[in-house]
Amino acid sequence: MGVSPMTLFLLRRIAGFAVTLFVAALIIFLLLDLLPGDPARFILGINATPEAVAALRAQMGLDAPAHERFLNWIGGMLRGDFGISSTQRLAVSELIAERMAVTLPLTMIAMVVSVVVGLPIGILAAMRRGKATDTALMVLAQTGVAVPNFWFGMLLTLVFAVTLRWLPTGGFIPWDEDAGAALRGLVLPGLALALPQASILARVMRTALVDVAEQDFIRTARAKGMTKSEAIWRHGVRNALLPVLTILGLQFAYLIAGTIIVENVFYLPGLGRLIFTAISERDLVLVRGATIVLVVATTATMLLVDLCYGLVDPRLRRQGA
Amino acid sequence: MALVDIRDLTITFGQHEAVSGLSLRIERGERFGIIGESGSGKSLTALAIAGLLPESAAVSGQVLFEGTVLPDDERDMTRLRGRHIGMVFQEPMTALNPLMTIGEQIEEAIRLSETSEIVPLAVSALLDEVGLAPGLAARYPHQLSGGQRQRAMIAMALASKPELMIADEPTSALDVITQRTVLDLISTICRRRHMTLIFISHDIRAVAALCTRIGVMRAGELVEQGVTGDVLRAPVADYTRELVAASRMERRLRSSASLNDDRAALLRVEGVGRIYRQSGIWPGCGAPVRAVDQVELTIGTGECVALVGPSGCGKTTLARIIVGLDKASDGRMVFDGTAYDGSNLPPLLRANMSLVFQDPFSSFDPRMTIAQSLGEPLHLLGRISGEEREARLREAIEAVGLKAAMLARYPHEFSGGQRQRLAIARALVTRPRLVVLDEPVSALDVSVRGDILALLARLQAEHGLTYLIISHDLDMVAAMADRVLVMEKGRIVEEGTPETLFAHPEHPLTKALMAARLPEVA
Amino acid sequence: MMRKLARQHPSLAIGLLAAGIFALLGLVSLWWTPYPIDQIAISRRFLGPGWAHWLGTDHLGRDMLSLVMSGMLTSFVVASLGVLIGVGIGVPLGLAAVAWGGAVEWLVLRFSDLTFAFPAVIVAILIATLAGPGATNATIAIGIFNIPVFARVARGGALAIATQDYVAAARLAGLGRATIAARHLLPNIMSLLIVQGTIQLSLGILAEAGLSYIGLGTQPPATSLGLMLRDAQSLFLIHPSLSLIPGLTIVLVVIALNIAGDGLRDAMDPRLRHQGLSHGAG
Repeated sequence: MGVSPMTLFLLRRIAGFAVTLFVAALIIFLLLDLLPGDPARFILGINATPEAVAALRAQMGLDAPAHERFLNWIGGMLRGDFGISSTQRLAVSELIAERMAVTLPLTMIAMVVSVVVGLPIGILAAMRRGKATDTALMVLAQTGVAVPNFWFGMLLTLVFAVTLRWLPTGGFIPWDEDAGAALRGLVLPGLALALPQASILARVMRTALVDVAEQDFIRTARAKGMTKSEAIWRHGVRNALLPVLTILGLQFAYLIAGTIIVENVFYLPGLGRLIFTAISERDLVLVRGATIVLVVATTATMLLVDLCYGLVDPRLRRQGA
Repeated sequence: MALVDIRDLTITFGQHEAVSGLSLRIERGERFGIIGESGSGKSLTALAIAGLLPESAAVSGQVLFEGTVLPDDERDMTRLRGRHIGMVFQEPMTALNPLMTIGEQIEEAIRLSETSEIVPLAVSALLDEVGLAPGLAARYPHQLSGGQRQRAMIAMALASKPELMIADEPTSALDVITQRTVLDLISTICRRRHMTLIFISHDIRAVAALCTRIGVMRAGELVEQGVTGDVLRAPVADYTRELVAASRMERRLRSSASLNDDRAALLRVEGVGRIYRQSGIWPGCGAPVRAVDQVELTIGTGECVALVGPSGCGKTTLARIIVGLDKASDGRMVFDGTAYDGSNLPPLLRANMSLVFQDPFSSFDPRMTIAQSLGEPLHLLGRISGEEREARLREAIEAVGLKAAMLARYPHEFSGGQRQRLAIARALVTRPRLVVLDEPVSALDVSVRGDILALLARLQAEHGLTYLIISHDLDMVAAMADRVLVMEKGRIVEEGTPETLFAHPEHPLTKALMAARLPEVA
Repeated sequence: MMRKLARQHPSLAIGLLAAGIFALLGLVSLWWTPYPIDQIAISRRFLGPGWAHWLGTDHLGRDMLSLVMSGMLTSFVVASLGVLIGVGIGVPLGLAAVAWGGAVEWLVLRFSDLTFAFPAVIVAILIATLAGPGATNATIAIGIFNIPVFARVARGGALAIATQDYVAAARLAGLGRATIAARHLLPNIMSLLIVQGTIQLSLGILAEAGLSYIGLGTQPPATSLGLMLRDAQSLFLIHPSLSLIPGLTIVLVVIALNIAGDGLRDAMDPRLRHQGLSHGAG
């Protein structure tokens, strides 16, 4: 066919990504659109005249048939237009973008910390398997997995903000006012998010590496003249990273969702706060826009992981399966 | 001074003694074969020489290499292994790192042993020595055939110019034809390099063909050792005698009555083909694979027909279509007058044929009793009474030489040979007319193969069964079959009685199969 | 029996015992708590731990021990029902994917991809928008999150079983796909499912806490560990014990469940380690 297997692999994954997103958008649309109650009436209050409600409905595009409204919504999003918030009278895309300036950096910080802390701990534990270091690290990880991130956030505030006064207890100074202060505001929430994820990563990394260490090619490497740890380091880690990659993808997705919870502890103006206000004010356009952004982020991460697999694992490159 | 001197080696795992009190001297330049069945401790002995035993093993006794005891320090042992010992393992797919090209892996071995300054040159020299094209260095293990992978393994083992090569079942995961070429390659290299070889195998013929001296291991003990010819011609230990006897297959005698030519055809396969498409909905995902291609064959009532061919030739797919586990893409089968395509077998027709699988260990659901497993096919006969059911189960299990009391047990309580007997019992429980046997003995230890084949022969005579045997083992086929079909790339390329076919092979594949056959021992 | 278990698999015994005690404490709260949890007594608020109130009292003078017991019950119930929903829908889907293959398998995989695209928090947000917050909605959100997890684990385990010859033998014996799935596939992946169930139970308890903490889960006057933390939110800088007690309880319960899960995995079947359990990251 003249198409390389790698291209085919990419095309398939991207097509799958598009289909998943389309169906997800449909579900969100149906759920929120079939909601009983008229958003226009909700905004205007029960005393509004039927004419005023009808006028607002027309203005919000609510009088078009459902499939048309769905297509309009999708088409608008493809052009970067997520609609106008019904309560704040601002473009949803701008509202989300503004909050993403908090949520996204926070997710990144948490991700980097959890990888930098989790993977080495996992590798070290696997290398020292069965020894005291291994046991100690795994007890630590076992505890870390069990700590709710928002509660850990409270403890961090207590220690580093209230007692030691190293960092602010909460709130957020926008990036363009004082980037340093903005970053300082994200340190504790980032750590709070990162701890459980780092612990999970450490456990997965250790399990994967211990499994790989029992495989034949590690024995081959030792037969060639490597010590056990050299063999695990040179041949094991790369192979063990394959299962870890999947977890890494899931983690990024759940970290984004996790920020919604943790930003509550630190009074951060992130996506979560925006969504809660929108829910309580029944601003469906905004809820719809924010949830689809979260779903896109989750799905895109999964796609990225799949593509990374294609790069790392030569077996996938060939079969394109 | 012996190159390897093992003194009173004992290896234990917890309570279990895997190798007990083994002493062995292997002289420089010797090719020493260790024969034994699974669990005899032969692989552990080899790993002990290389200092690669698992950490859970407790070792006593001494292993001396070139007159010095193996060092305790991991780094010293590693250096010794890297410079003086080369190893080849059984399964080349898992023994190679899937994420590195074989060139990189060979290169690594060269660097570790510090044998050559000009690494790329050494890589192509090694590839050339094992008969691989230099271009293959850039390939990943999954892009090579089984034989090529094993050659790459051998190249890696040779990188350090070792004095000793340890090959642990290096050919048992390979195809018959490849098996022979890899054995020949090992033999040539050992002679050329004057290298000492320790060759571990369950295949007495492979050992006989390759080794100057052999040792026979059983249940952790060395029961006999000596010069190959002497041991095999006049074995001293009973166990060696059994092994030698088991490796020779006597042609079974069939009464001429069962061999007349005008038997009614029980099964006709008419132009059957099977095409596999690779995951359907996306276009251009690779060409469809023709696993079985226009196969025509007829099996007469009471006949024993063998289908032979290298792995991947489509013989198992054909067998699965015949018994109704897969559907023919085109063509049809006619069994006793009824036509079907593999997916539309009526229950009573299904009851008239059965299949015995290759691997007795995966043939039984570990969570069901033998009675439950054996009784499953009775479902095909419609409603039958409890007594009838019990009688059938007893009849089947006793027919294969086991006791009815064993019906209440679970599969893990049985040995491999017993499980294969049980699998045969399950195949017989509906009193079928045609039994398809997919490699019925190749997963079994050599010493029980003969018993199973004798059982099959007896059952055929007693119940007037018709057999279709799928196999790659020409000796087994020669001993059992009335007629042999040779299959290659989904097609049947040659057909005849074992005598004529093996004496005068016509097709290149048949010739290659014959040439790959190892000579009978002694 | 318990003694034998303790000797052979100490971590399993400890984990099961601890998780059992916590669950029992929760269960007891149905009939008896030291003080009624809805008894508000402002005069007795912010008491430290003492004889009368072992764990002290909260900002409304309610007994912390009673609240913890009752909250633990909510956490266990929500998480267990979440697991049941996941098992009840996910496992049949996973088995069907293997038993029928082809289009069924494709659909199940796409469905599970789709569900993975909605983390529990997003599902909870959608449900809260539709039907308002509450423990039932948190249960459904957690259950939906569990469905693809169990579908994948069941499919993965069943795929390995389906290649075994005894499954082919069952097909030869004329058994239907559903019968084979129920008779051969399901019993042989049971241990895998039990281990995954324990993991999801502990994740569910964490998720319930998170959802209640942001106000999407349990609503007053009922209580849950997450809700206690929500109540303590504005006060924890002055009265840290209000957040320390429920937080530590969550940590201990989850650790107990995880230890039991790890122990189960090692005890039931050493092979499980190679069949790739899904370590959730939620």
